[in-house]
Amino acid sequence: MRTRSGVRALQYIAVICYLVFLGFPLLWLISSSLKSPQEFASITPSLLPKHFDLSNYTDALNEQGLVRGLSNSLQISIYSTILVLIVALPVSYALARFRSRLRPLTNGWILVSQVFPVILIVIPLFMILRPLHLTNTIPGVVIVYMVWSLPFALWMLQGYVAAVPRELEEAASVDGAGRIRTIVSIVMPLLRPGLIATAMFTFISAWNEFFFALVLLQDPQLKTLPLVLARFVGAEGQVQFGPLAAASVLATVPSLVFFAFLQRRLTSGLLSGAVKG
Amino acid sequence: MTATLTAPAPVKNKGGKPKANREAILLFLPALLPVLILSVYPLIRGIALGFTDARAGLHVETNFVGFDNFGKLVQNHLFWDSFRIGVIWTLSVTILQFVAALGLALLLNANLRFRGVARTLALIPWAMPPVVVAIMWRLLLHPTNGPVNEVLQKLNLTDHPINFLGDFSTALPAVIVVGIWVGMPMTTITLLAGLQGIDRTLYEAAAVDGASTWSQFWNITLPQLRTVIVAITSLDMIWNFNSFGLVYVLTAGGPGGKTMLPMLFAYNEAFRYGNFGMAAAMGDVMVVIIIGFLFFYLRNRLRSEA
Repeated sequence: MRTRSGVRALQYIAVICYLVFLGFPLLWLISSSLKSPQEFASITPSLLPKHFDLSNYTDALNEQGLVRGLSNSLQISIYSTILVLIVALPVSYALARFRSRLRPLTNGWILVSQVFPVILIVIPLFMILRPLHLTNTIPGVVIVYMVWSLPFALWMLQGYVAAVPRELEEAASVDGAGRIRTIVSIVMPLLRPGLIATAMFTFISAWNEFFFALVLLQDPQLKTLPLVLARFVGAEGQVQFGPLAAASVLATVPSLVFFAFLQRRLTSGLLSGAVKG
Repeated sequence: MTATLTAPAPVKNKGGKPKANREAILLFLPALLPVLILSVYPLIRGIALGFTDARAGLHVETNFVGFDNFGKLVQNHLFWDSFRIGVIWTLSVTILQFVAALGLALLLNANLRFRGVARTLALIPWAMPPVVVAIMWRLLLHPTNGPVNEVLQKLNLTDHPINFLGDFSTALPAVIVVGIWVGMPMTTITLLAGLQGIDRTLYEAAAVDGASTWSQFWNITLPQLRTVIVAITSLDMIWNFNSFGLVYVLTAGGPGGKTMLPMLFAYNEAFRYGNFGMAAAMGDVMVVIIIGFLFFYLRNRLRSEA
């Protein structure tokens, strides 16, 4: 009995250590964003700000580039999410339901797209999009993101489609509904959790993406939030850590909100992707 | 690899085959064009570019140069340094992250209180943009007003502030710690899912036979998790080897190239110096390394399973 409770205590201590390691950095970032410049300069930093100061946030939001970055990121993420859903739904349906020659090809492509370093893809992409005048444009980045998040979206969605009972569809087709009609009115409503989860993943991966944006967007007017933040870091020396921390917190908010909403489904969603196979 | 592990089991087609195939192709159509133009073609073109002297600029002539680029790479010691750093980074992050994540997954799988809260908190790094992660760790590791130096000095572990990201000897280890932090959630969640899939009765039977916790872990948990472990460590390895944004913002490859991962090196080559062909050749080398590594890793893993 004593050893058991001893083990328990050790387990709790271990969990706390993990959580400090994983959670403390974010707490520090938030606390930094609430500190006044004077407190920031102090040599003995403390986790809790002496008094809460929102001026970093107003400073950040007064910064032209940041607000524009925020709006660019939002547009790009929303458009690419919508496009991914439109394209991924029929494909994942076909992947889950038909034994077609396209399936091994698609799975092969999903695999290859994970293995290849993006540098190999981004140079030709740049060379393809430039003559089409799509570099330095929002639509250019949107279509690149669409193709880029497609593998993961397909992988997630086909697990959800496979979980929809075939009998329902057969019943619909007996009632004379065509394939498209069946997908729209039978499969799609049942897929709602899967579509929501996929949409969130796509949104967050577009929101967080850095490399393609770095290469494809040079115009300061079009830079996404991660690019704007990274440039602030590059200009260190003049950089003010307070507003930078505040902007970083703002950049994390959408992901955290989506994430809190998704958290419950996340584990089961991943499991369904992995196990329903 | 995920794909092969998770592809749904083949389902027999009930309709006539030709019609079903035509329908399948129709459903693929909206995805086909963008994927072919923006993924498949660039990939092939990218591989081929490694054998040319392509340069940035609109009307620059491109010639086929065979293995010239690779010959130049072999003689470039900066390139070798970068690959050595890339391998150290990839292996350290993947292995340490796996060990840490397995520990956490086992704890989260144990019947502890506040498990739900712990699981949510454990996922935080996942939700954050890599650029923000990098900024955050720059604040944490800051030599004059970062909390890490503060704590180290309070504990008398060091008498002077350490410039973790700026010092030749500490930059790579510091970057590796951040890499572990970022990737832990994904690895933990995957391992946790694997743990929850293990049949409880195996442990009950072992307990009846008087097996210790340690031997249960060694003889039941690890073998049962094998596929999941192989899958997630392979993916982690690929992702880490190809990672870019995090280190780009943390150190930009510095100080003195001590954290110059292959991707950063190739990026500079392509978009700073305009040597597209050379950068693509580096990409080709990276692909060969990844595939070679995966081949040996998977072959050994899967063989020992049989």
